[in-house]
This record gives sequence, structure tokens and C-alpha cells, in this order.
Amino acid sequence: MEQTPILEVEGLCTTFGRGGQTLPALRDVSFTVGEGEVLGLVGESGSGKSVTLRSVLGLARRYGEVTGSVRWQGQELITKSERDLRPIRGRDIAMIFQEPMTSLNPLLTVGQQLVETLQAHTDLSRKARRDRAIEMLDLVGIPAAASRLTDYPHQFSGGMRQRVMIAIALAASPKLLLADEPTTALDVTIQAQILDLILRLSSDMKMGVIMVTHDLGVVAQTCDRVAVMYAGRIVEQGPVRQVLRDPHHAYTVGLMQSVPEGVAPRTQLYSIPGTPPSLAHLPPGCAFAPRCAASTEACLATRPALLRVSEDRQLACFNPKNQTKGCAA
Amino acid sequence: MSEAVLEINDLSLAFPISRSLADWVAGRPGKVVRALNGVSLQLQKGETLGVVGESGCGKSTLARCIVRLYEPTSGSVRHHGQDIFDASVRGDRAYNRRVQMMFQDPFSSLNPRMTTGQILSEALRVHEMRSEDQIPERVAELLDLVRLPQDAAEKLPHEFSGGQRQRIAIARALAVEPEILIADELVSALDVSVQAQVVNLLLELQERLGLTVLFVAHDLRLVRHVSNRVAVIYLGRIVEIGDSETLFSSPSHPYSQALLSAAPSMDPDDKGQKVKLEGELPSPLNVPTGCAFHQRCRFADTRCHSESPSLRPLEGRGEVACHHVEKILHNA
Repeated sequence: MEQTPILEVEGLCTTFGRGGQTLPALRDVSFTVGEGEVLGLVGESGSGKSVTLRSVLGLARRYGEVTGSVRWQGQELITKSERDLRPIRGRDIAMIFQEPMTSLNPLLTVGQQLVETLQAHTDLSRKARRDRAIEMLDLVGIPAAASRLTDYPHQFSGGMRQRVMIAIALAASPKLLLADEPTTALDVTIQAQILDLILRLSSDMKMGVIMVTHDLGVVAQTCDRVAVMYAGRIVEQGPVRQVLRDPHHAYTVGLMQSVPEGVAPRTQLYSIPGTPPSLAHLPPGCAFAPRCAASTEACLATRPALLRVSEDRQLACFNPKNQTKGCAA
Repeated sequence: MSEAVLEINDLSLAFPISRSLADWVAGRPGKVVRALNGVSLQLQKGETLGVVGESGCGKSTLARCIVRLYEPTSGSVRHHGQDIFDASVRGDRAYNRRVQMMFQDPFSSLNPRMTTGQILSEALRVHEMRSEDQIPERVAELLDLVRLPQDAAEKLPHEFSGGQRQRIAIARALAVEPEILIADELVSALDVSVQAQVVNLLLELQERLGLTVLFVAHDLRLVRHVSNRVAVIYLGRIVEIGDSETLFSSPSHPYSQALLSAAPSMDPDDKGQKVKLEGELPSPLNVPTGCAFHQRCRFADTRCHSESPSLRPLEGRGEVACHHVEKILHNA
């Protein structure tokens, strides 16, 4: 299905400075999200998944330098002032943070936190705001929603707090949801409930979603497209079925093989040799080359660009797996 | 049947929480968190027993009881027939040496002010495993065993990555030549590719040293991979226990069915016939009567409300605690 992208990110670079040293957390990240589309961002910790979300929303620029272009329905967000961003944050683009334990204000009731969002972003009356707050809590599956408005975050369990976070994020009916590991801290049973909820809302409200996760199972079950990140760059991008069925980049292959699924029990698991590079000492060529079985001299010397390999797949690799079968990974 | 190295019998543990003023005025008794409600299992020599369940179900409490960090309210843990909570054994460190625990968070389980060498030699010294002059040699041997470079002995924990820290934790546990390892979410804090390395190391060492492992984790794929047998815990009770492959490929208890089907498959087209679980784990402050699972169970009837099912063996499967398991399996 052909969609017009609501978010277009092009050449996004985020650099953090520390004592004269520069740490390039994001290097030339480009992707788009369409209406009602779910894009997955996967990678190991430190690969830049969360920084991508924060850079899109203008939260990273307080700590580092953000360049490139983030176009939201045609408007450039990178150059906007904090004041001009305010009506977009929360109303058009909402974010769910990773830790439900620390991202709610412990001193305000859940109701106050929900109503606060509605007050900032909608013209609803006091009564209507309260009704909407109850409706939202109900929608995310919190039992006895009306009576729980006056409860404080500590009176909720982890799964319930994450639902409250989602309710707050969705209160103003955003068109794009940035979900930063929304289920990592939760049990699989609760994870299934939360993912169902996000997917249902995405299709009902035509809401685009960027889902950051390190669980490939979550990606397989929820996303339409997936982008694999390594050391601050997207190394492979495409429709989720194609990427997971036939991964081209050696890193994607390695990630998928490390998951113990379809492996004989109690046998050695595959693990990618080596460790991710430090951002302060990135190799000049492909950042993955030192860990890659198929790397050549070209990989060590020059960085492969993210190129279109088929109609809707992109890849940054000189020796894609389908050409080096048997020796790569 | 091989010999049982550890026998846990009807283990229960309730944590009292302080009585509130309102309770005191009303003359109500204080509340208790019933973390374990009669857990019985045997750990066979050389096996890996996986323990799975939602958070708050008592997995970690069970692990901590086994290493005597908590004292149970009732029930017993027998190690080669000897009750480990017996007053005469209580002060004995020999048991501590033979059963070692490895913790979840590699950032808080190592003393930040001690070098790896000091961490490892402390364990050796406390249990008098080696004479003073043999200690450096043994430390080098241990580092080798968990594949850390030799210069690691001089380094402090903050100089290591998460995966390397878990290796140090494994080395520390192995320093005293234990018989049983308790791994409480050993790799949960690590990335998948690092997870694979640590799990590989654990499997290899287990093989080589003939260790018995209790593997507590919430990652079901991982538990399936490393375990010989698996126990599914719900609200401090074992609801199903049995051979890992049998249990994962065809779970019998309705809770195991729901828990296992909730794990997202790696295949985008395998949306599965999900058995969806509604609601959350009830609070252990207020454990439901009868079968603890009846509020969330599709098959529950009046009997489940009043009568608590006990574990019983099923033909060709493990042991299951459910009144209606035959009917459920028959209709499936």
C-alpha cells in the first residue's frame, strides 16, 4: 500500500561532546514513517535507537548538536524553537518512555497528569477533560478507571504504569507515536496486551508508530517495516517480512542467529564475535567490519553508503549475505 | 533416575508487612505477602532446571531461599538429605560453598572498590579453598575458565562491560568449586549477542564441571534453550513441571499455555492462535482461594474457586496442578 510519509527524516546526525571529544551518536540517519505505519528500530544498546527518537522530538539538542532534516508533515522541526515545538510535542507527536517507574511524576495523581496533557493540547472543558481522562484509562485497559484517577503512580504496578504512560501519550490523539522500548520492563503476558493495544490504536486512529526495541520477536509481530541500527547508522531497512526472512547485512544475520529459536536445545548459540565499537574510536570504514566474517579491505577503508537494493529495501554493505553465502556469518 | 541433590518440600514463605495504624485501631491482624505457597521440587544431579513465571510470582524468592538468604515460614530444603535450615547446620559455611548464586544486575552485584583479583581471592580465602601462596595461580585459572584476559585481575568492575561483569560473577561463583549454581536472571540485563556468549559459557562449564543449575529467567526462549526440565510458577506455586521440550511444545496447564503463547514469535506470519491472558497477576497480599489462577482462567468452575489443585503426574507429560487438565487436553 502506497502511503504519503508523515515524517521524513533525512541525514540526521547527532553528536555529543565530552571534554573536547566528540561522540557521533547518530550518523546520517534517514527514514520515513507513513500514516498508520509501524516502523521498528532494532539494534544493540548504544546503537542510537533512543537517540533517534529524542532527536526527532528535539529532546537531544539540549545535550548535543543535531543536524540534518526532520520534516513533520512538511514542516522542518530541527530549526524550530522550543516555543514553536511545544504545540507539536504531545499533540501531534507523542512519546512513550522506556521506564514506567521513573517517567511519571510521583507527586501528582494519575488523573492530574492525564488532564494536564489535555489542558495543554485540547480546548476541552474541565468536565470534558475528566471524561476524556476516564475514557483513555478505560481504553488502555485499566479496571475501574474512574476511581483510579485519584491514585498516585506508586499505587500502580509496572504494567499498569506503562498503560498510564500510553494513555497520557495518546490522550491528545497524536498522529505519530514514538515508543521507546515500551514493553522491555514488562512480562510477556503484559507485553502482549500492550503491543495489541498499540497496534489496535495505530490502525483505528491511523497513527504512525516508531517502535524502538531490541526484541526481534516484537518486531516480527508488530512492525510493517524495520530499520536495523549499528553504531549510530541504519545498516539495513525494509519490509519486516523481507528483512527477517532474508536478511542481507551480516549484522542482521548475526542478531537473528543469536536468538535461541529453532536451535537444538543445550547446544552452543551463535554469537557475533567481538564487541560494538566505542563511539569515540569509530573505524574509518564500515563500523561492523572488524566483527564481520565477510569483510574485505574495501570494508575497512571506506564506509558503505545506505543504498537502495530493491524497490523498498536499503542496505549499507559491500558484501551482502546473499552473495557470500556460506562464508558470511 | 539420577540422585536428587536438592529436595524442596512444601516450601512456604510469607513476609509480614508492618501493621498500619488503621489495622491496629480496628484490631485487624497485619497483612502478609505470601511469596511462596507450598513449592516442592527436586533438583537432579547435573541437570538444568528452568524456572519461569511473571514478575512477582516468587521465582527469585525461591532462588534466595535455596541459598539461605531468606528463611522459609514452613517447609524444608534438603541438600543430600540434610535440612539446610536445621539449627546445627545453620552456622555451617560448607553449604554456602556448595550452592552458589549469581545475580541479575551486573552493575550492583560486584563491589566497585575491589579489583577482579580481590573479588575472586576473597571467595577463596573465606572458604579456605587454597593456601595464601596458591591464590594468585587459582585466580589466573578462574579468569582463564571464563575467558577473561589475565590483566582483568588488576581492573575494577567499572572497566568492564555488562557481559564481562557477568563472567566475573560466574568466576566468583565457580571459585569455591560449588555443586549447584543458582542463576537468577543471569543474562536478562544483556544484549542478545552478549547473552548468547554468557549462555554458551554457562552450558560449557556445566558440562565440564558437572554442575547442577537452577536457571531462573523470564525469557522463555532462553529457558527452553538451556533447561532439561522446566517449572512454571504462578503466585508462589508450581503449576506445571516437566521435561523442557515437552512442556514448551505442548504445555498442559492453562497458565503455561497462555504464558508460552504470549512470547512473540520471530516469524511475522506466525501470529499464532494466542491464548490471551486478561488482567494481571493478583497481589500476593491477597492470594485467591482455591486455584490461584481461577480468576484469569477460561476453564475455571466452582471447584476451582474453593479447592486448590495439587501437582499430579500426567501420562506422557510432567506434573500439572489443575483440576480440569484432562478435559482441557482432550478438547484441544
